Amino acid sequence: MERYYQPEIECASREQIREWQSERLVKQVQNVWDNVPFYKKKMQEQGLEPGDIKSVDDLHKLPFVTKDDLRDCYPYGLLARPLSECVRIQSTSGTTGRRVVAFYTQHDIDLWEDCCARAIVAAGGTNEDVCHVSYGYGLFTGGPGLNGGSHKVGCLTLPMSSGNTERQIQFMTDLGSTILCCTPSYAAYLAESIHEKGVRDQIKLKAGIFGAEAWTEEMRHDIEEKLGIKAYDIYGLTEISGPGVSFECSAQSGMHVNEDHFIAEVINPKTGEVLPDGEKGELVFTSITKEAFPLIRYRTRDICILSREKCACGRTHVKMTKPLGRSDDMLIVKGVNVFPSQIETVLMNKGYPANYQIIVDRVNNSDTIEVQVEMTSEMFSDSLSAVSAKEKELVDALKAMLGIYAKVKLVNPKAITRSEGKAVRVIDKRNLYQQ
Amino acid sequence: MTVKQISVFLENKPGRLAEFTDVLSENNINMRAMSLAEASDFGIARVIVDDVYNAVTVLKDNDYIVSITKVLAVEMPDEPGALSRVIKVLGDSDVNVEYMYAFTARKKDCAYMIIRVADNKKAIEVLQQNGIRPVCQDELVEL
Repeated sequence: MERYYQPEIECASREQIREWQSERLVKQVQNVWDNVPFYKKKMQEQGLEPGDIKSVDDLHKLPFVTKDDLRDCYPYGLLARPLSECVRIQSTSGTTGRRVVAFYTQHDIDLWEDCCARAIVAAGGTNEDVCHVSYGYGLFTGGPGLNGGSHKVGCLTLPMSSGNTERQIQFMTDLGSTILCCTPSYAAYLAESIHEKGVRDQIKLKAGIFGAEAWTEEMRHDIEEKLGIKAYDIYGLTEISGPGVSFECSAQSGMHVNEDHFIAEVINPKTGEVLPDGEKGELVFTSITKEAFPLIRYRTRDICILSREKCACGRTHVKMTKPLGRSDDMLIVKGVNVFPSQIETVLMNKGYPANYQIIVDRVNNSDTIEVQVEMTSEMFSDSLSAVSAKEKELVDALKAMLGIYAKVKLVNPKAITRSEGKAVRVIDKRNLYQQ
Repeated sequence: MTVKQISVFLENKPGRLAEFTDVLSENNINMRAMSLAEASDFGIARVIVDDVYNAVTVLKDNDYIVSITKVLAVEMPDEPGALSRVIKVLGDSDVNVEYMYAFTARKKDCAYMIIRVADNKKAIEVLQQNGIRPVCQDELVEL
């Protein structure tokens, strides 16, 4: 029997969902017009007034918001509530220059945790479960989101955070964790470690909720088999709230978007035109219930397909595929957003040539990133320690910029292939976006 | 009283060293001394040649990253304890040796050491005070 956290919402009729969406959208547009000068200006530039938006049918008239807009408005430019009403800040993976901070009122936290609770119940979670949260806690939304959802469901919550695999497995066996929440690559790593330790029979896991990075069906099967669990996908982004914007149900065939809070559209990334269900395009979200940090038509840059076909689980909310790619050059490495431009900035600042290559791979289910840089006369000397120190300096600067370790490989001049047209800066060997 | 050492950046990849020595041999450049230092991903080849200008030109034409450093080439008798004396002289005067490597010459009964120190001037001074002779670039050809 399928179970739901909020059945009256999750299984509401399409008409009811539309009605909620229209009503909330109209209110939200008025709200941002009144409280966020950025939106008012954007709408005025299009000759729009709040009155022009009468229902979801008018959504397409509104201008898009991009990540660059968020950066330009950093930190308070998109706030729709006074700071005195906000209770929380979360931030995207600590990437300088591209950092996004999102604000939450208590209402916003509640709705976000509701969304995570829906995902946990969809994965079979009840108040009998021990929910083991190995997403990072802190500015990253993974830990706090699932933690809150787990409380709402009434699970016994283990706020493990990431890392220290020994301790993770110890708690898992001693306290009988039944639901695991973490990135899929960490789940695969844990599965491997559990097998190596030979403690598979002491593990009581039955389900996993894995998100924050792209993973393949092969990886899902591998994790499911190794841990003897059902592995569910979860999707979200800090800008919109965090994990739980959409989640997988027992059908494991796409993720239900929590449409009572977020309106999903798919657009042609080049023209901005809205595409019908079933067509592949860029995913755009409008948060219609958020108070502190509402986003109207936010372009996620994730490429996916929407489907409103009836789902076997009984939920009526629209389903999205796993992201099938990106409409920009962003990479997600170890759950952290990495832009080649950030790496380029570091290289330029440190006096390296703009000719570089980024190699991303997955070794033993863990992402690796290597930056190949051509050696220059200025960097070079006869002293090994001096050159190694320069290399180390670059590694440290990259770590400070990206928030993760990137290996640096110094190569001979002209070792990196010059291309005729657009330079091939990134080689992603992980092959994550199949289908 | 110093000689010019050519240092070359080499990626740590099979075949890279062979490519490098091929370039030298194809251009008829004879190495008098050579040493290799390696880090995990790259190495530095340090060589002493007779005609520095020619060698550097050839290497740069072949896209090598090259750096020239003045180092000491010290002549000593080819007998036990000779090197120890040289090192002791430097150590007693607080001259720190960063690296060194040996090379042979055609001259009988003599051994040679390339020594890289931070302060060449001071090193030459103390060596000469102790009757040890650093060789200069022009002399290399005749050795």
